[in-house]
Amino acid sequence: MKLPISWLKEYIDLDGLSVEEIARKLTLAGLEVDEIKYAGLPMPAKREGQRHEFKTSGLAWDRDKIVVAEIRQVNPHPNADRLTLLDLFDGEQDQVVLTGAPNIFHLKGAGKLPKPIKVAYAKEGATIYDGHADGLALTTLKRAKIRGVDSYSMACSEKELGISEDHEGIIILDDDAPVGMPLVDYMGDAVLDISILPNMARNANVLGVARELAALTGRELKKPVIEYRTTGESVEHLVSIEITEPELNPRFVLGLIRNVEIKPSPYQIQRRLRLAGIRPINNIVDATNYAMLDQGEPLHAFDYDVLKARAGGKNVKIITRPAVDGEKLTTLDGVERTLTSTNVLVCDEKGPLSMAGVMGGAESEVTEKTRNVLLEGAAWNFINIRKTANQHNLPSEASFRFSRGVHPSLAETGVRRGLQLMAAWSGGAIAPGLVDSYPLPPNESKVTVTAKDVKRLLGIDLTLEQIASLLTPLEFKCEITDTRLLVTSPSHRLDMGEGVVGLADVLEEVARSYGYDKLPETHMADALPPQIGNPIHEWEEHVRDLLVNLGLQEIVSYRLTSPERESRVTTFDDYVTLANPIAPERRVMRRSLAASVLEAAEKNARADSIALFEIGPVFEPRPGDLPREPRKLALLMTGLRETLAWDVKDSPTFDFYDMKGRIQLLLSGLHYTDITYASAASIPHLHPGKAAEVRIGDVRVGVFGELHPLVKDRYELGEAPVLLAEFDLDALRRIPPVYGIRPVPEVPPVLEDIAVIVDETTPASKVDALIRQTGGKVLAHVRLFDVYRGEQIGAGKKSLAYSLTYQSDRTMTDAEAAAIRKKIIKRLEQELGAKLRS
Amino acid sequence: MLEQLNQIEKTALESLAAVDDQRALDAWRVTHIGRSSPLMLVFAGLGKLSKEERPIVGAAANRVKTALEAAFEEKARAIKEAALAKSLAEEALDVTLPGRTVHVGRLHPSTQQLRRVLAILAEMGFQVYTSREVETDEYNFQFLNFPPNHPARDMQDTFFVEAGERGENPILLRTHTSPGQIHAMREFAKMNPDNPPPIRIALPGMCFRYEQITARSEIQFNQVEGLAVGENITFADLKGTLNDFARRMFGQGARTRFRASYFPFTEPSAEMDVECFVCGGKGCGVCKNSGWLEILGCGMVHPVVLQNGGYDPKRYSGYAWGMGPERQLMLRYRIDDIRYFWGNDLRFLEQF
Repeated sequence: MKLPISWLKEYIDLDGLSVEEIARKLTLAGLEVDEIKYAGLPMPAKREGQRHEFKTSGLAWDRDKIVVAEIRQVNPHPNADRLTLLDLFDGEQDQVVLTGAPNIFHLKGAGKLPKPIKVAYAKEGATIYDGHADGLALTTLKRAKIRGVDSYSMACSEKELGISEDHEGIIILDDDAPVGMPLVDYMGDAVLDISILPNMARNANVLGVARELAALTGRELKKPVIEYRTTGESVEHLVSIEITEPELNPRFVLGLIRNVEIKPSPYQIQRRLRLAGIRPINNIVDATNYAMLDQGEPLHAFDYDVLKARAGGKNVKIITRPAVDGEKLTTLDGVERTLTSTNVLVCDEKGPLSMAGVMGGAESEVTEKTRNVLLEGAAWNFINIRKTANQHNLPSEASFRFSRGVHPSLAETGVRRGLQLMAAWSGGAIAPGLVDSYPLPPNESKVTVTAKDVKRLLGIDLTLEQIASLLTPLEFKCEITDTRLLVTSPSHRLDMGEGVVGLADVLEEVARSYGYDKLPETHMADALPPQIGNPIHEWEEHVRDLLVNLGLQEIVSYRLTSPERESRVTTFDDYVTLANPIAPERRVMRRSLAASVLEAAEKNARADSIALFEIGPVFEPRPGDLPREPRKLALLMTGLRETLAWDVKDSPTFDFYDMKGRIQLLLSGLHYTDITYASAASIPHLHPGKAAEVRIGDVRVGVFGELHPLVKDRYELGEAPVLLAEFDLDALRRIPPVYGIRPVPEVPPVLEDIAVIVDETTPASKVDALIRQTGGKVLAHVRLFDVYRGEQIGAGKKSLAYSLTYQSDRTMTDAEAAAIRKKIIKRLEQELGAKLRS
Repeated sequence: MLEQLNQIEKTALESLAAVDDQRALDAWRVTHIGRSSPLMLVFAGLGKLSKEERPIVGAAANRVKTALEAAFEEKARAIKEAALAKSLAEEALDVTLPGRTVHVGRLHPSTQQLRRVLAILAEMGFQVYTSREVETDEYNFQFLNFPPNHPARDMQDTFFVEAGERGENPILLRTHTSPGQIHAMREFAKMNPDNPPPIRIALPGMCFRYEQITARSEIQFNQVEGLAVGENITFADLKGTLNDFARRMFGQGARTRFRASYFPFTEPSAEMDVECFVCGGKGCGVCKNSGWLEILGCGMVHPVVLQNGGYDPKRYSGYAWGMGPERQLMLRYRIDDIRYFWGNDLRFLEQF
């Protein structure tokens, strides 16, 4: 909400407070000032290297160089048809000013004016915005000759003074503007752009902000006096109201003003509206907008004669009701809108007139010809207005306020303020009385507060008198009885509840008035909670650490993907699907972490080496219910095994065994035993000969292997094989770890190598297992150090060479070692048909 | 004879002066102090000398021998030193060539930041509590005092899940970790429904908002919330706890301020700003000139939320706050594009 300071100052004395101080106070109290735009008032000085506390823009007007002046004569320019020469008095002396302003041009050659025209006059040397530049460019007025006539100063447009974008003509001030007065004193302003929080709709108006400032500064709130004279027949005899659904329309108020003269509003009013971001239209429409910004109640003006004509000359009857599905109304933006039964209409007996609280209808709107105006102020259900405004995509000043809740009491205040302004600006005569239908007044919020409540929830000691003094400036009614304070909400607030909620509502106001910055800082004195920890989180963090230690980079991918993206590696029948995705490629929740890491690899395809992992949930849908969110781990490795350097020109690429090694280290780091790796030829996205499943005991916890070449072709990846592993973390986590260590021996080990030739089809794990089994306890380590195939040993055979480490608790003799070796060889020969390779 | 010895010594020393490597030195040794060297011949001929001459010549020969041997040792050491100096000089490296690296694994920056935050909170007694990412409207909104169609919902644009007709309780992607507040309160309350125990938890996790993906807005982001519930918890405690946290997170000198704000699930509500650690509060691009950085939203747990969690608001009170680790990273590392976080570009991730 854009709020001109000059307007605010009508309701509260802000002398001695800079614009920035005001903005700071409001910001801390929850009325966050996003930007300050200066339109005349002096801007705060900037120190070297520093910037403004708030985002700041705009122009300050030099007191001496920009003043109110009056045009006394309009003469033609001797050498230019499109220019006029103004004889102008600036309060000290006469000046001649050139202008091409279209709103003066019609007076060209008029000579001495019967009534001088007041303007904003910038003298030689004044700094203003360049009216002809595209954006906002500062310029300083210098003396120049334009077609033979000296030009050194100008009568300014709004754009030149930073009031608006308007450069269609010069500003014509109100007749009472005092000639010679520095313009900044007459109408210097600054505009606060305030974010209105959803619970602060009551402050989306000048009076509301002034009230907050009164509470924050301890200064008096001077509310506008709404009084006016009335004449003629009372509106109550002429118009009636029927509310069909009080839940949707708790109150409806109408007032009448006759014989208005439609014309522009006073310049000061137009200027304020522009600064507030509203385009001035005419005095009647401006009065509705001005009253809304002033009081917070959106108003709607009907052309009374149009309604009268629709009623066939009879009394006008206003009916509010839900629309019939498919009913049509042309709104005042000229769009024909098709309505639904969730929209509320303001109608007469002939049909719809306007969309309640959102936008007026075209037929009954105020025009140049309007003479008599029927003014509506109403209260609407905020949820209904919010839905309607969203449905028809009609955000407006009115729907902004109504969709956040406007108290019904403001319907009357708003109409009275509107009528008062219309009478002042249009010369119209206000009819006596108001038509007021108020079937559903809201509950009045009354809350009992004790000093103990304040202590218990805010942590400060305040007396009931102190609490009352914090609430009264916000117009709460406070009655002290004994040990209690009865707090009644003011009639402009809908946000105050009852009971424990009401208490919280009141305490928030106490805290805001007191000042959050003044509240003390304390440490909790409460008992400590039960320690339940989070074993799942802690365990996953451990897994992350292990993987990082193995040289893998953690990644985090979007949870949202598409079935097409995932189907490159694996397909699923069903997904958790969004009803409102931002894009088709982000329309479902992922089911596969393999797809996530593959996409990451693809994105980094140009890297020499990629080794990464992701931990997180996948989402398994359950019809009509919340999905399962099992936790998964995926690992991916591809590219060079070693990092290239100036002396490392080449490196082998990662292969199956690099991945397997990482997995072995991960699982041993997690203290699992009884791990088996078995060939897994039937995993569709993995190479049938280079895939394995990992079991711990009987539980299959994961699979890994080289990406199937056909699957790899669906990704833009490098030449190197891609190794992929996927683990079910929930299954893995449930396996109990086995903790324990082998004692570190003091006697030296005996080392020995052994190479055996076996059939190609014999898995190495079998040979390994048999060696270990036969070697028994003294065989501490078995390490395969070579696998050889070649002519020497014949086709269909392979040689496996092992390094054996014997470790006893006493020194072993060679003979003892030889005996074990003999036993091992014998068993290998017998059970696997192995032959010792000499 | 003595003359001859002097000559031998002189010749030997002159010859040694010219020696400059080990081989020449070995040859010199054979020639000048070896078994058949002139000097040794003098020793061999001592027996033939008269009784008077023998000790004189013997002594002189010994002196020459000692001198030549000392000269030899000296030379040998010099040659060794020269050889070592030479080889050291030859082995000198270009120390400016790059060192050899290994593949280093790293945690994702968000995980790193989550850990920093959770470690501080753990020391302050807040235990990690995690809950699901796909939620019901009730848990994400209604139990947290966002009624259906409430304007506060405009603050959190939501992804909804297709799940058939579920009336006012659709399934959605959580927009904050706050549903965990209800899950946790109910879990704790169940331990002792008549006297629910106090709670101090930290709720980390991924959240989702219906946004366009741009440099400034993302569809997913991490959040960490804190929740404390007990019988004596005040707004002043909230200030104390969050200021402690800010000092741990941003340095002991960190200054904070609390601004009134609005969240449906807390009341009173506030935003905590910390003095900009880039410019020290002078105003800069990072803090958008204000001198302050918005770090977290907080407030006293709303009575409706306590009630929905199984805690009687007449007896219990609490506070909660929420903050974004990615935002903290963006401020700390001056990251100006939020899309880096889930872009998984190694060139970004490797910088943390």
